[in-house]
Amino acid sequence: MSEVAVEFDHVWKKFRRGEIHDSLRDLIPSLGRALFAKNKQKELQQQEFWAIQDVSFQIPRGKAMGVIGPNGAGKSTILKLLSGILRPNSGKATVRGRISAVIEVGAGFHPDLTGRENIYLNATILGMKRGEIDRKFDEIVAFSGIGDFIDTPVKRYSSGMYARLGFSVAAHVDPEVLLVDEVLSVGDMRFQERCLQKMHSIVESGTTVIFISHNLAAINTLCPNSIFLAHGQIQRMGPSEEVIQVYIGSVQDDDQVVAKDAPIWGIKLVDEKGEALNRLHPGGQGFLRFKLRSDLSLKDYLLGLIIQRASDGLTVCDYNLPLDSVSASPKPADGLQCTLRFDANLLRGAYTAQLHLYHFPSAKHLIRIRNAAFFSVEETISWDGVAHLSPVLTFGDNGQ
Amino acid sequence: MVKMVSELVQYRDLLYMLTWRDIKIRYKQSVMGFLWAILMPTLIVGSGILVRFAFSMNSGQPLSMADIASVSLKSLPWAFFVSATRFSTNSLLGNQNLVTKIYFPREVFPLAAVLASLFDFVIASGVVVAFLVYAKVGVSVQLLWLPLLLLLLIFFTAGLGMFLACANLFYRDVKYLVDVFVTFGIFFTPVFYDARMLGKWAPFVLINPIGTILEAMNDVVVFHRSPDFAWLAYAVGWAVLGFLGSWKIFSSAEASFAESI
Repeated sequence: MSEVAVEFDHVWKKFRRGEIHDSLRDLIPSLGRALFAKNKQKELQQQEFWAIQDVSFQIPRGKAMGVIGPNGAGKSTILKLLSGILRPNSGKATVRGRISAVIEVGAGFHPDLTGRENIYLNATILGMKRGEIDRKFDEIVAFSGIGDFIDTPVKRYSSGMYARLGFSVAAHVDPEVLLVDEVLSVGDMRFQERCLQKMHSIVESGTTVIFISHNLAAINTLCPNSIFLAHGQIQRMGPSEEVIQVYIGSVQDDDQVVAKDAPIWGIKLVDEKGEALNRLHPGGQGFLRFKLRSDLSLKDYLLGLIIQRASDGLTVCDYNLPLDSVSASPKPADGLQCTLRFDANLLRGAYTAQLHLYHFPSAKHLIRIRNAAFFSVEETISWDGVAHLSPVLTFGDNGQ
Repeated sequence: MVKMVSELVQYRDLLYMLTWRDIKIRYKQSVMGFLWAILMPTLIVGSGILVRFAFSMNSGQPLSMADIASVSLKSLPWAFFVSATRFSTNSLLGNQNLVTKIYFPREVFPLAAVLASLFDFVIASGVVVAFLVYAKVGVSVQLLWLPLLLLLLIFFTAGLGMFLACANLFYRDVKYLVDVFVTFGIFFTPVFYDARMLGKWAPFVLINPIGTILEAMNDVVVFHRSPDFAWLAYAVGWAVLGFLGSWKIFSSAEASFAESI
C-alpha cells in the first residue's frame, strides 16, 4: 500500500446546543465563567455534546472512501474538520496534498454576478489559479449545460441551473484530495448520471476522494471502502457492500417496531423448517410469516410485497396479492397466521423485503412496513446482476 | 508569523478575486455607478468648507485657499478610513456562507474589504489632486513622505478592520458601535479643523492615530514642511503594532469562527 493521504487520528469534536452569547452585554458574564471554570477540552460543559467521538481512519493515496449514516451522524462535520473549517477539540485531522472540499454546491456564488464571473470567483475560492480557470472555462460551461445564460446574473437562474453550475466548477478543480458532501442529488436525472460519470473519472484518475452520500448505490460503485457513522462514532468500517448492509440492517432495527393493534405484526423470515433465516441461496425459498388482523374485511385489501436490493434500493419485484380467498376462513381473535412463500431467484447481494396492506376502495395504504425482513443471497456463479436465471451450458447439436 | 504571511501570499489570487467581487457588486445595478466613490468625500469636503467658513466669519480672517485645500486633502483619507472600517467590520458576517462552507485564511475577507475601499479612494483622489493643482498648492521634496503616510493609513485601517471583523463575528452589536464611533469620530479628528487651532490641547486630537496621520499629510502636501517626528513615530507604532496584534488575535480566534458565527 502506498502513502496515507488522509488521516483522522482519535478525533473528538464537541458542539453546543442552544444559543451562545453574541452581544457585548453577554461578554462580561461569559469572561467571568471562563476565568473561574477552566474549560477542559475533553470534558463536556452544560449543553454541549460530542458531534464526533474518537473517530480514527486512514485513506491511502488514490483511494475513495464513502461515508454513510443517518442525518446528524457527524458526516459533514468530518469533512469540515478535514478541510480546516472546524478544528478538533482533541486528536488530529491531517490531509496531505492540495485539498478541495465541496460541502455545498455553489457556496460562494454571488447572486448579482453573472455565471461567467461566478465561475472565476468560485473556482478561485476552491483553490484554482487564474490560468487554470482560463484553460478549463469552456469545459466547465459545457459540462454545466448553461449555454447562453452564462452572462446572466445567477440570481435569475433556476435552482437546477444554479446547482449544475456549482457542481461543474467543483468537479473541474482537480485537487489531490477531494471531499464531497452529497452533491449528486442536484439537477435532473440526466445531469445526475453525468455527475456520477464525472465522479468515476475523478476516482479513476487517482484522486483521493471522501464521498458522503445517501445514494448507497453510488457509494457502492465509487468507493471500495466505506464508513458507517452514527451518533458521531464509527459503527462499521470496511468493504462498502458489507458496511452498507450493516447500515441498512440498523435502519431495520429502528423501523420494525410495529404496534400491537397494527394490521400486520410478528413478521419473521424463516426456512421450510420454520427456523429463522437471513441467508438464502438461488433456487431456495424464503417463507415470510406474519400475523394479519382478522377483523378486517379482507376482500377489500391487497397484500403488497416489495423486494429491494439494499445496496442501491433497486426494486427487484413489487407484487400485489389479493386477499379475497381468505375471507371464508375462520377469524381467530389473536390474528390470522399467514405465510408468504417466495423463490430466491436472486444473485448475490443484500435485500430487504417490504410489506404493505393496500385498501383499494379508498386507494390508501393501511400499513407499510419498510424493513419487514432483511436477507442476503449467497452464490458464486455470477459476476453481477439481479436475477438468477439458472443458466445451463450444454454442448452438441441437441442441447436443450 | 512567517507562516501566516506565506499562507496569505499563496492565496493572493483569492484576495484579488474577492476585492474585485466587492468592487463589482457595489457598482452593479446602481444608479450612480462610479460616482459613489466621489459622493462621500464630496459631502465631507462640502461640510468641512462650511465649518471653516463659519470659523473665518467668527475670527474675521478671510477663508484662504490653503484652508480649503487642507479640508479637501484630509477628507479623502478620512472617507477611506470610514468606509474601510465599516465594510471590513461586516466582512466576515457578510460572507457567512463561505466562512462555514469553505476553508481559506479568513484574513482575506477584511483585507479584501479594505482593498475595495482603497479602490474608491484612488478614484476620488484623482479629483482631489486636480483640485490641489488648481488651488496651486505646489510641489516640494516633502511630498516624498506621502507614500509612507498612506501605508501607515492602510496598515492601521487594515489592523483595525481585522480586529473589528473578528469582534463583530462574536458580538453582533459591534457593527452598531462602529457606526456610532465613525459618525462622531469626525469631530474628534482634525478633518475640518487643524490640530494647531487647539493650541496646547492639540495632543488631545493627535492621540488618535488617524488624526496624527491626517495632520502629517496636511504638513507635507499643503504646508511643505516635514511632519512632526515624535508624532510620526507614534503613528508608526500604532500602525505596525496594531496591525500585527490584530492579525495575531484574528488568527488565534479563527479556529472557532465557523462554529461561533
